[in-house]
Amino acid sequence: MDGSDLPGDGVVRLATDLASVVASVVDPEIPVLTIADLGVLRSVATEDGHVVVTITPTYSGCPAMRQIEDDIGSALLREGVESFEVRVSHNPVWTTDWISEVGIRKLSEFGIAPPTGPDEVLCPRCEADRPRLVAWFGSTACKALMVCSSCGEPFDYFKQF
Amino acid sequence: MSDQILSGAPQGTPVVDLDPRLRTLLSHADDNMVLAQRLGEWISRAPELEIDIALGNVALDHLGVARSLYTHAGELEGAERTENDFAMRRTEREFLNLLLVEQPNGDFAQTIVRQVFFDVYQGVLWGDLAGSDDETLAGIAARAGKETAYHHEFSTSWLIRLGDGTEESHFRSQRAVDALWRFTAELAAPYPDSWRAAIDDLLARAGLLAPEDPYQRSGGREGYHTEHLGFLLAEMQWMDRTYPGMEW
Repeated sequence: MDGSDLPGDGVVRLATDLASVVASVVDPEIPVLTIADLGVLRSVATEDGHVVVTITPTYSGCPAMRQIEDDIGSALLREGVESFEVRVSHNPVWTTDWISEVGIRKLSEFGIAPPTGPDEVLCPRCEADRPRLVAWFGSTACKALMVCSSCGEPFDYFKQF
Repeated sequence: MSDQILSGAPQGTPVVDLDPRLRTLLSHADDNMVLAQRLGEWISRAPELEIDIALGNVALDHLGVARSLYTHAGELEGAERTENDFAMRRTEREFLNLLLVEQPNGDFAQTIVRQVFFDVYQGVLWGDLAGSDDETLAGIAARAGKETAYHHEFSTSWLIRLGDGTEESHFRSQRAVDALWRFTAELAAPYPDSWRAAIDDLLARAGLLAPEDPYQRSGGREGYHTEHLGFLLAEMQWMDRTYPGMEW
């Protein structure tokens, strides 16, 4: 992938080959999304042969973040990179607006309603509108639990953040 | 030392000499750490599965905020203390959390009332800290503010349902308001008017009354705690203290 595809503030510097390796690391909770799709990956840079990967956390309580850091390390080690670090950047704050268009499409295909705002949510199975909100906290912090008012299926809604 | 014990002076490392910026970070980190520990006690015990999951998710958010703030405090202090050192290696006297968050869960109504009081406070706090000159703190606060909005939605909707619900749920939620009110002056001290206005509105919608009893307790921000914190820390810290340096 090209670095200019990364969502966010646009100030990304990429060591091209390694960047695509890092960018292909997936979210352990939503394995159809890469960390580039999610907007979590901010930059991949090399400083005198030392690789610095910068990520921005999603929810404070997201247990996937530590796993993502470990997976980035494993991906770099597989490429023979031994000198690296993963930095966490808290500012600017991650937002669901940083999820790429590809990421939004993958979420729907995976059965998770994307973060459109609670009034515009469509059932990811039958596309009916006005689902019933069951709980603001679903299987993970980032998702709410909804039930379709037409087909009756329960589904996850990725909350706006 | 014996003079201190005889005079009833508090034991442990004094916290009076802390750098003000470090004190701010640790105060807010400790609030979130202690409340996360309390909320975690509900796992597998909540009245419904959805509530169990919600309380667990809220606890994880508070834990995550605490970790970010502890890590930042460690960078600021420059003494190589980690998030783990702050959470697991300090004594009760060194914790700077508000007395409210260390109070026991009680029944579900008491947990909800405690959460409402705290969510309203944090809603104002994060908006304030998001404008901090410290960019990292500002970012952590801006993120936490978005999370608090969801916590607030959960806790206040339950407060209204319980207060305006059955005779039993009304009785229990009023009892919780009465029991926890004494810790709210300390909580609301930085923003007394906005906190009180929001709480009065919520209590009215829930059909509940703010107590008239003026008695208030404080001291958490100076490390003077209620009897409950020591037991909470004993449980939280025992593994790290028993096996120092342990890793998963």
